[in-house]
Amino acid sequence: MRTIQFREALREAMSEEMRRDQRVFLMGEEVAEYNGAYKVSQGMLDEFGAERIIDTPIAELGFAGIGVGAAMNGLRPIIEFMTFNFSLVAIDQVINSAAKIMSMSGGQYMAPMVFRGPTGSAGMLSSQHSQNFENWYANCPGLKVIVPSNPYDAKGLLKSAIRDEDPVIFMESEQMYGDKGEVPEEEYTIPIGVADVKRPGKDVTIVSFGKIMKVVLAAAEQLEKENISCEVIDLRTVRPIDYKTVLESVKKTNRLVVVEEAWPLASISSEIAFNVQHNAFDYLDAPVKRVTCRDVPLPYAPTLIEASLPNVERTVNAVKAVMYKK
Amino acid sequence: MAITKQMPETKVNSDLKFSKETYLRWYEMMQLMRKFEEKAGQLYGQQKIKGFCHLYIGQEACAAGAITALTKDDKWITAYRDHAHPLGLGTSPNAVMAELFAKSTGCSKGKGGSMHIFDKEVNFVGGHGIVGAQVPLGAGLAFAEKYNKTGNLCICYMGDGAVRQGAFHEALNMAMLWKLPVIFVIENNGYAMGTSVKRTSNVTELYKLGSAYDMPSEPVNAMRCEDVHEAVARAAERARAGEGPSLLEFRTYRYKGHSMSDPAKYRTKDELETYRNQDPIEVVRQTILENNFATEQDLEQIDARIKEQVLESVEFAEKSPYPTADELYKDIYAQQDYPYIQD
Repeated sequence: MRTIQFREALREAMSEEMRRDQRVFLMGEEVAEYNGAYKVSQGMLDEFGAERIIDTPIAELGFAGIGVGAAMNGLRPIIEFMTFNFSLVAIDQVINSAAKIMSMSGGQYMAPMVFRGPTGSAGMLSSQHSQNFENWYANCPGLKVIVPSNPYDAKGLLKSAIRDEDPVIFMESEQMYGDKGEVPEEEYTIPIGVADVKRPGKDVTIVSFGKIMKVVLAAAEQLEKENISCEVIDLRTVRPIDYKTVLESVKKTNRLVVVEEAWPLASISSEIAFNVQHNAFDYLDAPVKRVTCRDVPLPYAPTLIEASLPNVERTVNAVKAVMYKK
Repeated sequence: MAITKQMPETKVNSDLKFSKETYLRWYEMMQLMRKFEEKAGQLYGQQKIKGFCHLYIGQEACAAGAITALTKDDKWITAYRDHAHPLGLGTSPNAVMAELFAKSTGCSKGKGGSMHIFDKEVNFVGGHGIVGAQVPLGAGLAFAEKYNKTGNLCICYMGDGAVRQGAFHEALNMAMLWKLPVIFVIENNGYAMGTSVKRTSNVTELYKLGSAYDMPSEPVNAMRCEDVHEAVARAAERARAGEGPSLLEFRTYRYKGHSMSDPAKYRTKDELETYRNQDPIEVVRQTILENNFATEQDLEQIDARIKEQVLESVEFAEKSPYPTADELYKDIYAQQDYPYIQD
């Protein structure tokens, strides 16, 4: 099978859906003439023209709201945030308009649209550009939140997100755009809300999603050499969460580690841990462990970044802890 | 503190530009808005209506004059002072009153309340509770009309408080840049809740804010339906000709407080009286009588019919059931089998 970059997979998903459905358009900062801040939309202006690939001024609140209004009036916008750090300027329109319009209008109006862009840390960018809001958006009823970990999933899930009738938050990573992976030429979609067992195993379940899956898979590889077999589950969607797949795995391995890049309080890992203790208490042979970003803003210095972010070593140690091994 | 807001000079003179039918339509529309809301205010006092409740009394011409200037395919959006626009557009008073009563027969099934009236049938797109947030939404509604080349426009209302929000400025900038078919209307009633316009900015002539974006802008005496209609018609012509948005500052006045809990102690009785003397319904009534468009008796008959309609809406709302618990998980996702967390 051919291999393409993560950014190409996203571009293919958008372009295919735009060819398929005239109502779909892409709007955001630098998406058109600049070909995308991270070259995700490269060439799309040439194919679709300025009416459907739309550069905006730096006004996230304004263009997010214009997107919601357009969705309420029959279009299918894809709103690109240069990073989700900037989405905080627009969060009122995401939470108070997109996520609420169907409920507060008694089902008369809806916002079928995608907000997408990179999330999390991306090198030495300091604290304002290195944040994870997956759990913030996942907290809000009315939204769906997708955080893919490889090009294949990214393409299939983005196509599903664009076709979905509900507002979808789709979170990528600057550090994944160049990643290559196998993506078939032929058309496919991946359903929203279904986790994927990326690596089967029997001793410990590790749950993660997004960019941090790379850390988790590397840790599992290393642990295999020490004869610890990890089952690695990629949530892919963090609202809704596929609890069933997680619970089935935990009932088999009896041990769970959750790894994510966000801060620990009220995170996806807290949610998974709650659900597992509630629904599989008798199956657990050890308390659930988690690896998250440290409970601090992410600083600039590489030493401090290394000390804060989840990494292979911390993941390996967490797995060994739930195995009661040193 | 008296406000120093001046009404712009009326642009029409006394030789009438509008027909008998239009005057009678304005009268009927505005009387329905007024009588409906007087009743709603009363019922709020009796705690039949809960939540926040913001009345439009005094501002009726802002909606009525625009309704006669636009077509039924144009889109309407406003903030939370939102009972009057849909009533004028033809939404059943029963559905609006039932919504205020939180009943399942309400236009938003009892899930929105006073601040979130919606009626897709008449293209009334709410009913939004965050000050200024409806301004980008209105630009987005207009974006879709332009994208689909429909020739329709969006009229987007806001209060004077909203113009100090960033959302307003971002939306105006992009709407003008992209020549979106939208009419931005500031209903300047002099107060953002209890804060007078001049306490919020050095720029108190609000229509002038449009000039920052090269947007055609004008002040309008919005106590007069004629002035509102003409200004909206001019803006609509520009929008439909592909010339983009306009900003209209409707100078108006709300007789009541910001919401039902506001005794409005920040203004004088004299100020209130000044505006009551220009009451939009009274002005239309006088014109109708002076031009023999109808007799006193005819108008009394209209009044009686409206009174009946309002009472019927209350009875309908009273008798309607509250939404049942099984409604709780509906109308949140289009996906019918969304797996809610239900621990």
